[in-house]
Amino acid sequence: MEEKKRPLLEIRDLSVSFSMYSHGLEQRDLQVISDLHLKVFPGEIVAVAGSSGSGKSLLASAILGILPENAQVQGEMYYEGEKLDHDRQERLRGTEIALVPQSVAYLDPLMKVGRQADGHRKPRPIAKRKNLFRRLGLPDRTERLYPFQLSGGMARRVLVSTALITDAKLIIADEPTPGMSLKEALAALRMFREMADTGKAVILITHDIDLAFEFADRIAVFYAGTTVETAPASDFKAGPDALRHPYSKALWSALPQNGFHLIEGVQPYAGNLPKGCLFAPRCPYCTEKCKETLPPVREVRGGEVRCWREA
Amino acid sequence: MKLEAKKVSFRYDRKRPWVLENLELSVNEGERLALLAPSGYGKTTLAMLLAGYLRPQEGEILLDGKPLPQKGVCPVQLIYQHPEKAINPRWRLRKVLEEAGAFSEETLSSFGIEPDWLSRFPRELSGGELQRFCVARALLSGPKFLICDEISAMLDTVTQAQLWRRILEEGERQPLGMIVITHNLFLAKQVCTRGYDLEKGESIEL
Repeated sequence: MEEKKRPLLEIRDLSVSFSMYSHGLEQRDLQVISDLHLKVFPGEIVAVAGSSGSGKSLLASAILGILPENAQVQGEMYYEGEKLDHDRQERLRGTEIALVPQSVAYLDPLMKVGRQADGHRKPRPIAKRKNLFRRLGLPDRTERLYPFQLSGGMARRVLVSTALITDAKLIIADEPTPGMSLKEALAALRMFREMADTGKAVILITHDIDLAFEFADRIAVFYAGTTVETAPASDFKAGPDALRHPYSKALWSALPQNGFHLIEGVQPYAGNLPKGCLFAPRCPYCTEKCKETLPPVREVRGGEVRCWREA
Repeated sequence: MKLEAKKVSFRYDRKRPWVLENLELSVNEGERLALLAPSGYGKTTLAMLLAGYLRPQEGEILLDGKPLPQKGVCPVQLIYQHPEKAINPRWRLRKVLEEAGAFSEETLSSFGIEPDWLSRFPRELSGGELQRFCVARALLSGPKFLICDEISAMLDTVTQAQLWRRILEEGERQPLGMIVITHNLFLAKQVCTRGYDLEKGESIEL
């Protein structure tokens, strides 16, 4: 990665909170993403891995500007060097920034999937879509089926095609591979890789971290609403010793092929975050300092980490 | 206890091809069978047949030699691939769990469920959080067989390992047979006792 290149997307100090009713008319704010930094350069795939419920999908919604109305967003986002505000988000989403949604429930249940993948484009990109379906391993008859007639893995591949059919410069793929067999998942990821190699960028939100190691350039690890580590994918391939944050190491060791080791406890709940490091209550190396103060982001061995231990 | 599919054939429509044809499969209590095949080969269809959500056009599904009971809680419980589609969107999660029977604080924490989540609506939780409710709901009803359809694909690896340990513990506490649908061969090796390839129709070594 050439450092001089301008990031396609840059996120600085992003925080997202929801106001919720607690008792009667009393409202309280629930902070779900805090002080998040992320840079995505043209030509790269950045995988976003991490705990379920750590705000990965919310990050996608925040970039596209499709958070629900009770959400407040703070911090700054830049797309191609210019500020990404609400008007610009509205203009860019679906054309320059495309989303592969997480839930298969995003498909219109009353529309055949071929037409759905074509979207509102005129003329309908039929040839391009047929080619995409074929490359994703969907049989020709798929285009004439309704979403309820598809298996889980087929529906996912239709969702992937809806993003690949656009000419977007940035694709945000929110868990595109569950339900796909290894071969199908590899085919889909290979297509993202090809896209990135032509100078576009992909944010790949995924739990299949073993696949992400192979296809991504960098991996950002999320925990409780912020990034705890951003590292080159090669560090994840090398194993826990090359990683910087104890949570990244735990994710690696919990893979079934790496021993299925687990750590106890759950991720702190958004309404009840610890004062210091968010991982402190589960961390085997926790010290008094960790419990008291949140570690800042710092550069360690070519990656970024939020941990006092790696000081 | 034994759950069997005997010469089961199924298709969704008379004009469409068979999804499953003459399928023979049996799982004993204490066994954990991994069901493997590419997507679109009828894994989820088979799961729904075994749990009584669909009926085969030919052949039968037998639990201890008898058809599945039509009344009461089904002793074969299915946990779906997409938790957001398996939970009533207009029920708070307390009600979702109460449907399966009484539960205690300890049960909640053993499934990694925060007490605070009970008062929320399904759309206010992530997919991985919802799936824990689906697993707890299925196990609280005291099933004899559990069918897990890609239940941990939406979880991070740490939570996945925690959830499976909880299910395996439950399987040791009460006699439980399991059918596990997954695309992850490494996971199948960790949690299952044997495998079955639905594409080729043969048993496989794990």
